[in-house]
Amino acid sequence: MIDRIQRLGHKTLSKLAAFGRSGQILLQSVVARPAPLMMLPLLIKQIYFVGVLSLVIIVVSGAFIGMVLGLQGYTILVDYGSEQAVGQMVALSLLRELAPVVTALLFAGRAGSALTAEIGLMKATEQLASLEMIGVDPLRRIIAPRLYAGFICMPLLSMIFAVVGIWGAAVVAIDWLGIYSGAYWANMQQSVDFWNDVVNGLIKAVVFGFVVTWIAVYQGYDCIPTSEGISQATTRTVVYSSLAVLGLDFILTALMFGDF
Amino acid sequence: MDAEKRASVYRPSPQDTIIEVTDMTFSRGSRKIFDGVSLRIPKGKVTAIMGPSGTGKTTLLKLIGGQLLPDSGEIRLEGQNIPGLSRRELFVVRERMGMLFQSGALFTDMNVFDNVAFPIRVHTQLPEDMIRDIVLMKLNAVGLRGAVKLMPSELSGGMARRVALARAIALDPDIVMYDEPFTGQDPIAMGVLVNLIKRLNEALGHSSIIVSHDIQETLSIADYIYLLSDGKVIAEGTPEELRQVESEKVRQFVEGLPDGPVPFHYPAPDYVEQLMSTGETR
Ligand SMILES: Nc1ncnc2c1ncn2[C@@H]1O[C@H](COP(=O)(O)OP(=O)(O)OP(=O)(O)O)[C@@H](O)[C@H]1O
Ligand SMILES: [Mg+2]
Repeated sequence: MIDRIQRLGHKTLSKLAAFGRSGQILLQSVVARPAPLMMLPLLIKQIYFVGVLSLVIIVVSGAFIGMVLGLQGYTILVDYGSEQAVGQMVALSLLRELAPVVTALLFAGRAGSALTAEIGLMKATEQLASLEMIGVDPLRRIIAPRLYAGFICMPLLSMIFAVVGIWGAAVVAIDWLGIYSGAYWANMQQSVDFWNDVVNGLIKAVVFGFVVTWIAVYQGYDCIPTSEGISQATTRTVVYSSLAVLGLDFILTALMFGDF
Repeated sequence: MDAEKRASVYRPSPQDTIIEVTDMTFSRGSRKIFDGVSLRIPKGKVTAIMGPSGTGKTTLLKLIGGQLLPDSGEIRLEGQNIPGLSRRELFVVRERMGMLFQSGALFTDMNVFDNVAFPIRVHTQLPEDMIRDIVLMKLNAVGLRGAVKLMPSELSGGMARRVALARAIALDPDIVMYDEPFTGQDPIAMGVLVNLIKRLNEALGHSSIIVSHDIQETLSIADYIYLLSDGKVIAEGTPEELRQVESEKVRQFVEGLPDGPVPFHYPAPDYVEQLMSTGETR
């Protein structure tokens, strides 16, 4: 019994310590001493790796999810004779929920895992140590541009996801199922509120981007520098980010749309 | 005769010491790697650190570079206690150091040229054509001027280490630490590197620390040698002195004999006993 309490205490302490270390990494790389001129080329390169290379999966997923939404929405709404409302339904579900959440999950799988593996491998091959010995802080040179790239790319990707999704639903609803296009777009225009829906969705995307990138970068920087350690860290990145995104999504939704 | 006599009385004195380690202990888990080690790295000389594999030579270099913190004791670089420095001060101090990592540790996302140019670009504002000349000079010195465009993944192990060496000396640092520079080199490259390290040391006057298992090569260029074993300095002196030391431990190491007081094995239970016993391997 005592043994169990002891183990629990030990586990709690080590989790707390890990949380502290990750906070320290975040602070030291983001807040402390930014060097914009040196950063810019590195940042652009990372935006390319983290953002541009994620575009394909985001666009394809967005299109299919939009199309499925259009199809499902139509079959449900047509029973009530209100199939014109499909535009409204698609836009609201995408902007408020699906775009930020699904983008964040895809982002964790595509970019987060790559970040963790890359940083972990740099650690294992002593590249981080040799940066330190050259007198360059790896937190600024390696970690900071990746963090910023994640923060910047995730909201953009989420917006692209939503736009493509709405377009995918329009293809299905208007071109295939024959909904009058004026009704589709007008319904959407009337019901979507800029602050309530678009901005709130964006806030979610910003928060998710922050959390996913932070987890990915920390897991890479703190991993055990062996092939086994790196593979575990990569797995943890995907699992922790997905759980964090889903949990935070509930909290944020409750705060934004809940009627208290 | 004269030179030998002068050499045989040489001891690094406090005045010409660049790095001074005093009574330093360091443990990994429950294992004491260093147990009260004290040594002096003389300024402008080649100092060799030797000892059996796993005694902590690489660890010592990392302690000097401030990448690891000792449990107790001091590591002073010209009076500054390295473990006591803040993160920022540490990065300033490291600009004066160059280190060749045992694994090479080239940046895999840059080609050979950019790897060697990296420290120069980071720490100086030199124009690009000047950087180019310096990089080509350094690469020429290690015989790899022709490899500027290759990526680290396209290099052999020995080549990668030579590029890493070129990068370590790119900024002409005051202190260069070479962790096993000769490993994986063919006899020709080995000779060139031995000369290079000696020449750099003489021409630029920087202090070199060499960790190496290649006894003859190391003895031929080192001014002073520390022999580490079991967390302690078991012998020190000039190459001539070490060759004459009577101690069996030192003799065994200098002459490379398999049997003797220096254990070839990592601490382990009795071999026969372990083979005979059932289970309990881990
Ligand atoms: N990251 C680590 N975690 C735990 N123990 C370590 C770690 N790195 C090294 N050690 C231990 O520290 C001891 C010293 O290692 P070090 O790499 O300094 O040896 P070395 O003298 O450089 O050996 P070699 O000549 O083989 O390179 C070894 O016994 C090793 O088991
Ligand atoms: Mg070593």
